[in-house]
Amino acid sequence: MSLPPLPLDAIDVGVHVPDWRAAVGAAGAALERSGSTAPGYTERMVGVIEEFGAYVVIAPGLALAHARPGPDVLTEGLSVVTLAEPVAFGHPHNDPVNVVLGLAVTTGDEHVHFVAELANVFNDSRIIPALAAAPDAATVRSLLGIAAPTGEDASTEEPK
Amino acid sequence: MKIVALCGVGIGTSAILKVNAERALERLDIEADVTAADIASVKLAAADAQVILTSSELVPSIGKTNADVIVIDNFFDLDELTSKLEIALG
Repeated sequence: MSLPPLPLDAIDVGVHVPDWRAAVGAAGAALERSGSTAPGYTERMVGVIEEFGAYVVIAPGLALAHARPGPDVLTEGLSVVTLAEPVAFGHPHNDPVNVVLGLAVTTGDEHVHFVAELANVFNDSRIIPALAAAPDAATVRSLLGIAAPTGEDASTEEPK
Repeated sequence: MKIVALCGVGIGTSAILKVNAERALERLDIEADVTAADIASVKLAAADAQVILTSSELVPSIGKTNADVIVIDNFFDLDELTSKLEIALG
C-alpha cells in the first residue's frame, strides 16, 4: 500500500504562523481543504499535543500532527505545511519546527502500511530541509515522491 | 524478545517508530517482536516487554515498568535507533 494521494490543496508552502497551535491549525486546514477531514479534527490534533506534549516532533524540524480515528475523518489523508518562520513546539531536541505533516486515518491499522512508505522518504535526512526550502506545492509533492490524485485539475489553485 | 514502540495515541508516530525499529533490529541481526502501543495500553503491552522505545515527552506517562525505557530523539535516524538498541540489548 502506498501513501494516500496528495492533492495540491493539501499542501501549503511558506505559511506564516505565530505559534505551534497555528502551525497544527494550518495542517488541519489543509486536510479539511483536501476533503480528508471535517472541522473538529484539527482541534483534536491540538488536543493530542496539549495532553501528551510535543512528542509529535519526531525529527529535527518535523512535526507529525495527528489524532485518533473518528467520525471527523472522512477519508485517510496527509497534508504538508511548510512554515515561513519556524516555531517551537516545546520539544527538548527537535525544535524549532518548519515542516508540519497532518495525518488522518480511519482505522488504527491501515496506516501502518503507508507509514512504512513515509519512513522510507524521511529516513533520508536531507528531505526535511529540502521540503522547508521548497518554493511551491508541486515541488513538495515531487520531493515526497507521491503521485497526484487521479483526475486532478492541473490548474488547481492553491487556496490560502 | 519484545519491544514496544510507544506514542500518545498509537497512530502515526508509534507506527513510524515500529517500522524503523524493525529496520534497526534487522541491521543488528536481532529477532524481536515490535508492537506499537499508546499511553492507554502501555501497561498491558509492556508487561512482558524488554524495551520501550518512545519520545522523551512521554517518559513520565509510562509509570512503573520493568522494561528498559529508551528515548529516541529522531524517529527517522536509523543510526540512532541502531546504536541505542545495541546498547540496550547487547
